Amino acid sequence: MTLHLTQVNLTHANGVQALRGVDLHIGASEQVAIIGPSGAGKSSLLNLLATALRPDNGELQVLGERAWQLSARQRQRLRARIGLIHQAPPLPPRQRVVTAVLAGKLGQWGLGKSLLNLLRPVDVPGARAALARLDLSDKLFAHCQQLSGGQLQRVGIARVLYQAPEVLLADEPVSAMDPVLAEHTLSVLCRHARKHNVTLVASLHAVELALAHFSRIIGLRDGQILFDLAASEVDRELLDKLYANEQLQSPPITPAPLSVQIPRC
Amino acid sequence: MLTRDTRDPATRPRLLLTLLALALLWPGIHFSELDLSVLMASDSQSEMGRFVSAFWPPAHGEEFIELLVQATLQTLAIATAGMALALLLAVPASLLASRALSLSAASRAGHPSYWGQLLRWPVRGLLIFLRSVPEIVWALLFVRAVGLGPTAGVLAIAITYSGMLGKVYAEIFESIDQRPAHALLQAGSGRLAAFFYGILPNVAAELLSYTVYRWECAIRASVVMGFVGAGGLGQQMDLSLRMFAGGEVASLLLTFLVLVLLADQLSRLLRWRLA
Repeated sequence: MTLHLTQVNLTHANGVQALRGVDLHIGASEQVAIIGPSGAGKSSLLNLLATALRPDNGELQVLGERAWQLSARQRQRLRARIGLIHQAPPLPPRQRVVTAVLAGKLGQWGLGKSLLNLLRPVDVPGARAALARLDLSDKLFAHCQQLSGGQLQRVGIARVLYQAPEVLLADEPVSAMDPVLAEHTLSVLCRHARKHNVTLVASLHAVELALAHFSRIIGLRDGQILFDLAASEVDRELLDKLYANEQLQSPPITPAPLSVQIPRC
Repeated sequence: MLTRDTRDPATRPRLLLTLLALALLWPGIHFSELDLSVLMASDSQSEMGRFVSAFWPPAHGEEFIELLVQATLQTLAIATAGMALALLLAVPASLLASRALSLSAASRAGHPSYWGQLLRWPVRGLLIFLRSVPEIVWALLFVRAVGLGPTAGVLAIAITYSGMLGKVYAEIFESIDQRPAHALLQAGSGRLAAFFYGILPNVAAELLSYTVYRWECAIRASVVMGFVGAGGLGQQMDLSLRMFAGGEVASLLLTFLVLVLLADQLSRLLRWRLA
């Protein structure tokens, strides 16, 4: 088991309980999508899996290690093997794209190499290759502040691809992209995961994308897992239940009459 | 109904804060014994007038100019050497004192652990101690220890300014968006690497502008310390004032003006290059 959650509760600093009694097991090189209404705890769950947040109780195992029972140094070493794609990529506006991408390997480099890389990028071909897969190699030497939201999001993905982690977590990785680009980017992620036997867990707003690209779907609502099924077993009724909103007049559901023809990646 | 629609919950605190600020200002004026009417008294006016009228023309004899150039160079050297020494202490201290590099904060939504905060306190205390003693006092102390001359000025600036720089650097690191550094820490990077990749790009311009401004302050401070025998323009100023040589004082003041102007331009140039 690559990712292993047992009876995990998570409360944020502001007192909001984000996750309640979550049990989740994800095996090596599985590809899982997390869907659910906003505020359901998708980001919290991914941050928890990335060891970026510490659970109140319960147990978290990543890559066979109990992340929160390790020493800080060992945990940093474990974290270098986990890649998290952030919804709003946290990149300094004045940093160059090449530096931002190469920063993915900071966890594997020593301090000397990291500092040298600031003076002169040590692996320009590597950064260019990662960006090229997302059709962004022409922005290699641009500053992050010159990019649009969708381009920044792709830089964030390129950084994690360059990091080459064993577990790839993605928090709304395509939320700022147009449909065609979103489709392309997700298939790049899935292909990468399959080729390198990487475990991929992504949260998505768009149900169609989740059903089209992922074999296993987890529905999250109010910090609890509502369903955990193969993509083919997810039907309209389940989605209605997942997104049901008592406060809005018309439930905003887009249950795609989906295209079984689209090849799953 | 209307009152509820137009109510802003921030109004009352803002009003109270304004009143509080005004209420604090009054005792301030009282205790500082500020009395502007003194300026209007005729005898003090004529006294000041006589002193100021001696300023023109500024002294420009060849011998004095030579002296002035020498003293200016010495002042610049004191300020620069003092700043360089101060940075040696301020940079590591600011990294230690700042919460921005806390590993525990990265996984606790920005709140460092209790122990981390406790360990940061001694460093903060050291910085407070260094800057709480004014540089002039350090200068007097060092003049006794190492004798008259620029060395005392350099040491005094190094000590006081390391405290100021360290404190403000640490706060600048904390003032910016912490997510880039936290994201790097969460991806397994070391603290220093996270600082250089996640924090430095965002703070570089501000650090630079503050450092140049402090360098400008160090020039002025070295002038003041010249009065107690720490060399440079201040020592010259002291001599000229004692001899009531208004023209020389005017030349010295003009030199200060030019120095501050140059520091300002340097800061602008550097910031523009970095932008």
